Amino acid sequence: MTREYPATVAGPYEPPPRTFLDREERPIAIRRYAEGVDTLAGMYTAFDPEDRAQGIPPAREDQIRTWLEGLFEDDCVNVVAWHDEDPIGHATLVPDGKGACELAIFVLGPYQGAGIGTELIEALLGAGREDGIERVWLTVERWNGAATALYRNVGFESTDTGNFELEMAARLREDAAE
Amino acid sequence: MKTLLGIGGSDDSLYALEKAIERAKEADDDLTIAIVENSDSDMTEADLRDRIAAALGEAGFDADIESLSGHPGSQLLELAERGSFDRIVLGGGETSPLGKVQLGSISEFVLLNAQTTVTLIR
Repeated sequence: MTREYPATVAGPYEPPPRTFLDREERPIAIRRYAEGVDTLAGMYTAFDPEDRAQGIPPAREDQIRTWLEGLFEDDCVNVVAWHDEDPIGHATLVPDGKGACELAIFVLGPYQGAGIGTELIEALLGAGREDGIERVWLTVERWNGAATALYRNVGFESTDTGNFELEMAARLREDAAE
Repeated sequence: MKTLLGIGGSDDSLYALEKAIERAKEADDDLTIAIVENSDSDMTEADLRDRIAAALGEAGFDADIESLSGHPGSQLLELAERGSFDRIVLGGGETSPLGKVQLGSISEFVLLNAQTTVTLIR
């Protein structure tokens, strides 16, 4: 099936790093991630099972590690939000083998609703654009209004497939000249 | 038990084919395999018949095979009612590049509309 992408370019957003105070006055830093599986595996082990979406993050630590290894392969883009020394949010772009990337974002429960998701996803899209990625898509559960609103705010549009999950897409660059 | 397996050629449906045959053999269930139209799959009905024959041959098990034309979900449900099946079995969904589970459109339709118990194979 062919996915329709918006005609207009989202953002464009600045790539990381970025630092800011969240709505609870916590200093948050967002950087590209290159620290390996261990650090983020720790964050995902602490993840509230009710915040899982469509089977990710996986439940067991060995599954989390295998899943993360896949996200850290070449051509993937990873940015992480830090509160002091602790990773508290992660956003990732994974090539789909068809010229676009799938996006996912996770923020630890105590840090949700504080504006971190928006900063994190903007930084991710900025990083992806910097890396030459043109098109991004995601799926989200239809009942997840907070996530859907976040995606809309940063430039994603519904590419409605009529499935359980809502599919959305954004354009990061104009198509390369033919 | 009378089990109806629906497959359209997606990877998860082919996995379900093997698992369902295994399970039906163990439980000595009466298995019917329905081939449905899946526009997202490149496999033809003939491909699927070959695949089914090979899987049954390997398991040393026998099943009825039916081809359903038209809307796959509703045709499966219709057959399930008509044939008084106890259970419908389907593939458990594909995995996105990021690892998200995504149910196929046939599974979605069947889950929402079936009067029969539905099993998704993972």
